[in-house]
Amino acid sequence: MAKKKITLALKRGASCVGCDIAVVNFSEKLFELLEIADVVFSPTLIDVKYKDLEAMPDKSITIGLYHGAVRNSENAHLAEVMRKKCQVLIAYGACAHMGGIPGLANVSNREKIFETVYKKTFSTENPEGVYPQTEWKDEKGRTLTLPEFFDEVYALDDIVDVDYYVPACPPTHKMNMQILELIKAWVEGKAELPPKGTVIAEEKTLCDECPRNPGKEKNIKVDRIRYISEVNPDPDKCFLEQGILCLGPATRAGCGAPCIEANMPCRGCMGPTSRVMDQGGSMLSAIASILGIREDEIEISEEEIEKLVSQIKDPLGCFYRFSLPRSLLRRVVEDRR
Amino acid sequence: MEWRPKIIVFTCNWCSYAGADLAGVSRLQMPPDFRIIRVMCSARVDPEFVLRAFQRGADGVMVAGCHPGDCHYIGGNYRTRRRMALLKLLLQQFGLNPKRFRLEWISAGEGQKFAEVIREFVDEIKKLGPSPYRQIKKEVRKHG
Ligand code: SF4
Ligand code: SF4
Ligand code: SF4
Ligand code: FES
Repeated sequence: MAKKKITLALKRGASCVGCDIAVVNFSEKLFELLEIADVVFSPTLIDVKYKDLEAMPDKSITIGLYHGAVRNSENAHLAEVMRKKCQVLIAYGACAHMGGIPGLANVSNREKIFETVYKKTFSTENPEGVYPQTEWKDEKGRTLTLPEFFDEVYALDDIVDVDYYVPACPPTHKMNMQILELIKAWVEGKAELPPKGTVIAEEKTLCDECPRNPGKEKNIKVDRIRYISEVNPDPDKCFLEQGILCLGPATRAGCGAPCIEANMPCRGCMGPTSRVMDQGGSMLSAIASILGIREDEIEISEEEIEKLVSQIKDPLGCFYRFSLPRSLLRRVVEDRR
Repeated sequence: MEWRPKIIVFTCNWCSYAGADLAGVSRLQMPPDFRIIRVMCSARVDPEFVLRAFQRGADGVMVAGCHPGDCHYIGGNYRTRRRMALLKLLLQQFGLNPKRFRLEWISAGEGQKFAEVIREFVDEIKKLGPSPYRQIKKEVRKHG
């Protein structure tokens, strides 16, 4: 094949690097990818420095995968550089897509995080209350800099324009294969890339592809909430039917339901479907609607309803585990009491 | 100039909207700081609608429906009360004062109750001042 190879760049932001490993999870198909693409930038895989990326001509990289959230000014800067250098920029993994696990830090803010980390932790001794500075001059007048820690965590597209999203924490082998097929077909001139903004996954909810889905005929009712730490889940029965919180009804399909297969309920890392504005709101609605519905409903007092729903211990953490920065309210605030 | 809150009130078509209408035609005095959104049933109020209202800068949100047992669609408000109770817990976790969110059962005949609830709600919100999410909206624009 005389066709020129495309180029790839992999860059991480506020990431656990699991997504770099997920790329290795192309498994033997990685060779197929490397047949059509050269990796020109990836600090995890090859010896490159930021300045190498900065020195590349604009739009000289065909496809960039950015994983991780945007927590500080270094992440934001590199997101901008990636945008400039890559023709196609993909938000790869839940953190880049929606903020992911690092995004849960939006229950707090910079001041509170610094206070905990640099003052209150048991092992910290910091009598002068020194916090990291973004700039510092040493006695010879040289300036040292550190990135600025933002007050909140952002998803990639809060900062730069993003072409495609590959959700999940981390994207599964099945999803990698979907990307490979898309790129291959495009490189070989057989198909166009999908429309900008596409989330490379399915349009339906996870329940739709779940082998435990009890089917449309059955109305699921939940008598009470049970935590996975308290019970041995039946490996064949829908988790919700067992009273175990499963985010399937509010989560996009496409991961292949690996967690369900391992007898773990879904935590929602694929994010919501395109029809939903807010994954947490969607899950809240789904679970509340089937919780403790009784024949003698009219006898149930409002206090009992409060008790019923307060079985769900941490709705925010549970329903927005991966999507807080991309939820409608984005972060926790302080209100007048 | 005196600060005026923005309050969103969702009312179901069959009871609470009629109750609000009755309050209006009975010329009961109410502060003008609320906007009604009529839905067919209180169960149509997706929790997302309430979150969206706060995201867009509402200072208070109220959901009103038929009394339990009276829903035109039989069980709609049974879902509503569970969703809204859980939503209240969620909004508290987001840091909002729970007084900013209210669920009320108001029948078609309770024009008086509608006016009272509105007066009380507007009063409470005025004491609390603007929602902190008004500020957040601006910050996001600055970064994003
Ligand atoms: S999406 Fe998951 S695996 Fe990927 S960087 Fe974020 S936390 Fe790590
Ligand atoms: S709720 Fe969970 S277990 Fe039940 S069908 Fe949906 S994804 Fe499967
Ligand atoms: S089952 Fe749920 S938590 Fe597991 S990979 Fe799929 S979306 Fe993520
Ligand atoms: S119609 Fe009024 S609550 Fe359902």
